[in-house]
Order: sequence, then structure tokens, then C-alpha cells
Amino acid sequence: MIDEAVVARVLTAALRTGGDFAEVFAEDRRSSSARLDDGKIEELTSGRDRGAGIRVVRGETTGFAHTSDLTEEGLRAAAEAASAASRGGGGGVREVALTRRDNLAPHEVSVMPEDVPKSRKAELLLKADDAARAAGGAIRQVGATYGDSHRKILVANSDGLLTSDDQVRTRLMVSCVASGDTGMQTGYEAPGRTVGFELFDEVDPADIAAEAARRALVMLKARPAPSGTLPVVLKRGAGGVLFHEACGHGLEADLVGRDASVFRDKVGTRVASRLVNLVDDGTYAREWGTYAIDDEGHVAQRNSLIEDGELTDYMWDHLRARKAGRQSSGNGRRQSYHHLPMVRMTNTYVLAGEEDPDEIIRQTPHGIYCVQLGGGQVNTATGDFVFGITEAYMIENGEITHPIRSANLIGNGPEVLQAIDAVGNDFDTWTGTCGKDGQGVPVSSGQPTLRVAAMTVGGTAA
Amino acid sequence: MSDLLALADRIVGQARAGEQVEVFLGRSHHTEVKVFDGAVESLSSADTQGVGVRVIVDGRQGFAYAASLDEAIVAETLDEARDNAGFGTVDEHLGLAAPDGVAPADLDLFRPELADFPTARKVEMALELERAVRAADPRIRGVESAEYGDSMSESALASTEGIRATTRRSGCSIVASAMAGEGTSTMTGSGYSVARTPEDLDLAKAVKDASEKSTRLLGARKPASRRLTVLLDPSVSASFLGLLSSGLSASSVIKGRSLFADRQGEAVAVPFLTLVDDPTEPLAWGAGRYDAEGLASRRNVLIADGVLQGFLHNTYTGRRCNQPSNASAVRGGYRSTPGAGSRALSLAPGDRSQEQLMADVGTGLLVQSVTGLHSGANPISGDFSVGVEGLLFRDGAPAEPVREATIASTLQRMLLDLVAVGGDREWLPGGAAGLTLVIADVQLSGS
Repeated sequence: MIDEAVVARVLTAALRTGGDFAEVFAEDRRSSSARLDDGKIEELTSGRDRGAGIRVVRGETTGFAHTSDLTEEGLRAAAEAASAASRGGGGGVREVALTRRDNLAPHEVSVMPEDVPKSRKAELLLKADDAARAAGGAIRQVGATYGDSHRKILVANSDGLLTSDDQVRTRLMVSCVASGDTGMQTGYEAPGRTVGFELFDEVDPADIAAEAARRALVMLKARPAPSGTLPVVLKRGAGGVLFHEACGHGLEADLVGRDASVFRDKVGTRVASRLVNLVDDGTYAREWGTYAIDDEGHVAQRNSLIEDGELTDYMWDHLRARKAGRQSSGNGRRQSYHHLPMVRMTNTYVLAGEEDPDEIIRQTPHGIYCVQLGGGQVNTATGDFVFGITEAYMIENGEITHPIRSANLIGNGPEVLQAIDAVGNDFDTWTGTCGKDGQGVPVSSGQPTLRVAAMTVGGTAA
Repeated sequence: MSDLLALADRIVGQARAGEQVEVFLGRSHHTEVKVFDGAVESLSSADTQGVGVRVIVDGRQGFAYAASLDEAIVAETLDEARDNAGFGTVDEHLGLAAPDGVAPADLDLFRPELADFPTARKVEMALELERAVRAADPRIRGVESAEYGDSMSESALASTEGIRATTRRSGCSIVASAMAGEGTSTMTGSGYSVARTPEDLDLAKAVKDASEKSTRLLGARKPASRRLTVLLDPSVSASFLGLLSSGLSASSVIKGRSLFADRQGEAVAVPFLTLVDDPTEPLAWGAGRYDAEGLASRRNVLIADGVLQGFLHNTYTGRRCNQPSNASAVRGGYRSTPGAGSRALSLAPGDRSQEQLMADVGTGLLVQSVTGLHSGANPISGDFSVGVEGLLFRDGAPAEPVREATIASTLQRMLLDLVAVGGDREWLPGGAAGLTLVIADVQLSGS
């Protein structure tokens, strides 16, 4: 993307005013998407984002600038801006020598999306539209979006690191509207993986569409969700977002460092039920939050966060790790070269336990069963978090009964983690986009079927 | 400025016979200062630019964008959009906007002096913000974030149909989040101020809001579930207007995703509710001379005295419904094609202050903030359920603070259960104005 000698000279220029650390992050992303709505392929879109972000750290202060001009002149101008922003006082010349490091890719990408004819991408959507509408006359509208991105990154820093990665992601999203006596309801399904177009060797757009349609049709029969405190059983894969919100964000070292996390000073203590084992693992082949290196050049790794209920570590990026005198955990990520990196999750998973998932339901006299969740939000300083249910049912006398309408559930992270009283022996994952401080990055979450003894369900039925 | 329009014109000039081509070019400069613990944590200074090109040919549409204004890349983007158009479905209603003779309002949205405002003063402002929040109340034990940000942006839009529109705007903001602590209770609250130029930022207001909002929640507990009357604080009611907005887009109506479809001319709300989208209102953060297709912005009354008047149209939805666009095309920047939506939504204000409304109602819950709007509110079905923090009040006076609770109802019911609209209208960052709303019979879920 950029010549090695140029990168070295730009880093040297960035340190000219006395910075402690300088970094060049260059990115070249090509993306394509196709959107179907109302029975029509509305449009295909092609996108190109190419540029570099340069940061200079001096003491506690980071100066940052970015540019879409990847010539030596453009990069030097950005380096000087970043350097000036870090308020350096003038420190003489510090030459930067780079050593290229090659990374082992977590998996092979077999079909690059850019090599696939555009017509095939459009065909996927038409197939999804047909399948969703075939699910029943009550399906009144279908929206489907195909998207792929090919992101090449290069990271070089004044520690001498020079490394790069090639990240390919492909996703299909289908949403349906069903209409009936109770008004309109919606259903959504959106699998995505860090792979190329081979995603569709294993994911059939018709199946995805049928699932989204089924969900919308089920919701037509839904009754108002209960209001109050109940046991909540989360189906495998559905509830990973609970951990993402209940503790994932609170274990990010930047939030811990500013005393904005209820998990501060808790390493080595019991923070969850003994049944909980939580990892954040950027190395899982093909998962949505997977990469070879993070956006600071650190190799992705598997990080154990909670073992048998005990907090073992936080997640770290370069700056926070440097301050603490330890290694980054490979969690430094950014949305694009326009942004500074910060601590972010990758694939955050609760490991499987031993119980039979069916038995967990049978042993729940009265509660709710969540099959799909729709995202959430947390205040890490108080630990209070919410997540939405988009497909859920009542459990009555140990049996799943009628569906309930969408609602948010609310809880407090530390309390909910302690209240997990059953963990199943199954497992599945969920694909999402995590937002923090205005930056979105692809993540996945996953868990076995499990039960929280009590959470507040925010419905309307007394 | 003129260089952007000139470049747009040159690219439009490359349109082939039978093609409609629209070129949107944007360029902006941002500064952001984050401080922590009395020191600058980061200072970012960046230029962003990009192009979005839409091509319509033989009744099909294609689009492409690039984060560059390099002439060769812009020309490639046109080729890419042209190629993409070959794969769309033929739709006779597709077409670009044509000038409709409406003159743009004269809006003062750009202050050139921002460019000369010294970076050192921006840094000082962020540091002062943090210091002042910390000093505002002895119970404030930390400042989670304190930052200053500004941007100056310009754009040009040109098309084969004769559209030529340019805009410039400037804006700046300060925002802080305070953490208050007492015993084992920690609560947070944020305050901010936005303006077109740094001199107009209200630091004292940002500090007061962050301090009061965090400290008044200290000791908050999960309340018992019940039905009650709620007062939505202006920032909360603005979020709810945002949810209603999607149902008022003609695009949602045409595609069967609007809870207002087929209800034009009907009473959808209490008779004292009037809802207007007016991007010519200079105080509105979303104000602009033109919509995203280059038509002059105009005032659109959506609900008058409770009766649904009409929807927000762009050129495409207008053609589908046999009517002209009402200049409600919106786009998220150069990366997307224009949709139809609101930019400056507001309810007609009443004449009571929040304190007076609290006294009128007597007993209820003042909702200070909501969480989980994106996960718990469905603008298509109208169901909503959101996490809340706020204060219960009794006999018109604030009582216990609450947290870890939700309120739930439907948007349809909320419009009919409205009891009063406050007179405290405040234009907020984003596309809507906030004012205190009183809504009866809402389900509060707690223990």
C-alpha cells in the first residue's frame, strides 16, 4: 500500500518534535452492496475508502491526524499535524528502522467478493425475496441487503513494527414485515462471516429469508410482554449480547482506567456465578469479529476474562497496556483510518456448561424464553444495561407457550452475572456491530442456553 | 467553494446521452479535544472528503462513492455507478429532482471565524469544562469524559437536470459526563452545549446539567412496577420524535412500513398536537438551505391539531404518489443515496414550564434519560420499551430517584394519551426539538 522506506521517513518526521511513540495506520477498503426492497433491486453501490491515520503519543497526550493522500507528501503533512497536536517540544532526530512481520491468517478466503459478477449478488436478493413471500400471504414487505468489504490494512510504528492484514467480510440481511389483526410485526435475520463469497456455500439466502419471515409471522400472534421480574432463559446464540453489555464493555481497560467501570479492582475476585467462563477470542476462524492482527498491529489472541466466575483479566489496547507495563491483548480496534483505536471486543463467548438445554426450560416454572435479541446498551459506570428481545416466548410450567411482543430487559451487570443459575451444553453465535464512542466495529457474541434467575422484563402486561 | 461546484459540473458534463447523473461532493475539517484528569488525552485534527455519484439510465439506478476528491477517482466513481445501474430493477418512477422555482431561505449556518479560532483555546475550553464539572458539587467523584469538538463543512450538488446547490456550515460542541458518588451509589449524568461558533457555547449550562443530572440520581433504586403518568424531559421527547419520524417518511408509507399508512386526514393524536418539520428554522441543528436533492428547504406541517396532514417526500416518493417532492430528501453523507425524512422536527410548544407541569400532574415519574431505544422501540409495529432513569415526584415535588426500570407503551397510544406539551422548547443536536411531554397511563416495570 505504501513503500517501506516512505513509512520509515514519515515515522521519523512524526517524532521530530519529541514524541514517545508514533504510528502509521493505512487502510484501503473496497466495499460493495446491493439492496432489494419492495420487490425491486433498488441499487448496487460500490465504495472506496483509502487513507491513513497517524498518531503521535507524548506523555499522556495523543495527537492524531488523518489523510486520504497516501503520497509521501500527504503522509508527512498528516505526521506533522499529529506531531503538532501532541504538543511536542522539540526532541531532535530519532530514526525509525522497521522490521516487517508476516502474520498467519486465521483462515483462507476462497472466493474474493470482488471477483464475483455483480449479477450474482443481485440474484441472491431476488431469491431471498421469493422465499420470504412464499412463507405466507401475511408477509407484506421484504427488504434484503447484501454487503461485502475487503479491507487491507498496514500498521507501522516507532517500535519498529511493520505488518499488514487482509480482512474480507460478507453478510446478508433480510427483514420482513407481516401484517395481521394486531397490526404490523417484523422479523430479521442477518448472518455474516469473515469470509468471501463462499459464505453462500453454507448459507442459503432462501433459508435466511424463510427464517426472517417465520419470525415476523410468529410475532403476529404475540401477546404483550410481561412487566416485572422473572427468570429469563436465553437460547444458545441468542444471549451473547447480554454478556457483551453486562460485562464485556466494563472489562475494557480504557473504561476501567478512567474509573468508569463497576469491574475496576475486581481482578482475582468472584464477579459471576461459578458456572460462567467468558473469553474474548479474535482468532476463531471465520467469525464476524475475527482478524489476524488488530488495528495497532498486535496479533489477535484468545483472552480468558472470567474463569469459574472469577475475573481473570481485562481487555487491552497498545496505549493502555503500555501504561500498565504489559502486553496488549490484541483488542485495539478502530472503525477506519479516520479514527483513533481504542479497546474493543472481538468474539465474546460464554463457554458451554453441562446441562441439557431442554431440562433448563423444564425446570423453569414461570419465565420467558428468548430466541433472538436485538442489541443492547450499557452504562459501564453504574453497570445498568438493557437488551431488546425480538423473538421470545413465555415459559409456563416448564413448557414454552405463546410468543410475546418485543420489549427491553433491564438489569445490573454484576447482579445478573451472579444470578446465572443454569448453563447448557450447547453453543451458538450471533453477528453484530458494536458501537462505542461513535465507532462501529464488527463483533460476534456467543453462549450456550442459559438461565438468569431474575431480570426485569419491560413489557406492558401487569 | 466554487472549486467543489466546478468539479461537480465537470463530472456531470461526462454524462452520456439518456443518462441522468447526480454528483454530490463533500469536504469538512474537524477538530476534537478529549481531556482526562487535567491533561489532554487526545487532540485530533482531520480533513474528510468524498464523492457520491448516482446514475439513472433506462429506468435503473446505480450508485458509487469514494472518500476522495481526486479528479481521476471521482471520474472512476461515475463509471462504477454507471456499471452498477445495469443491475437494478427497472422502475419508471426513478428520476432525479428538477429545479422547482422555490427560492432557498437565507440561513446563517456558517461562521468563517471558526477557522481562525486557536487550537490552544479549544484545548483550554475542554480543560475548563472538566475542571468546572469536577468542582460543581462535592459529590462528583469523577468526570468520565469531557471534550470539545468542531467542524466546518461544505458540499456541492449538481445534476444533469439543472440542480446546482452549495452549502456551508460550521458547528462546535462541548460535552461532559459526570460520575457522582455517595456511599455505594454511583450515578452518571451528562451536559452539553452546541453552537455555530465557540463564543456561543454555554459552558455553565453544560456543567450545571452534568452536575445536577448525576447528583440528583444518587441513591436511585429500582421502583415497584405500576402504571403512572410520565414527564419526558426535552432530550427524551426529542428521541421519541425521531422514532415517529420514520413513520412519517413517504418511503416507509409506500413500502408498508409506516404505522401512519392510510391514515391521512384522520385524527392520530390529541387535538392539541401539531407536528412540523421545518429545516428553514435557523435555530434547528438540522436546518439547511437545500434538501439532499438540491431543492430549497420548506416548512411541512405533518400533523395539525391531531389530524395527519401528509408525509415527507423526496422526488422518487413524490412520483410514486403523484405529487411533487416537498424537499424532504435526506442523506447520511456522500456514502448513500437520498431517502425521505425529517431534518427539523418539532411539536408546537405549549405554555407551561416543566415545574408547572409537575405541579399540575401531582404524582408521576420525570424521565431524565432513556437507554435501548434502538433495541427496544420498533417504529414499524409502534411497540416501545426503554430503560429509564429519573425522579419520581409527589405533590408536584421531586421525590425518590429511580434506575434499572423500563417504561413501555406503543407510539400510537402515546399520541392519544398525551396530556400536555411544555413551553420549554429546546433545539437539540440531531433532527428534532425537545420539550417536556406529559403522557398518562404508561407501564413502569421494576421489581
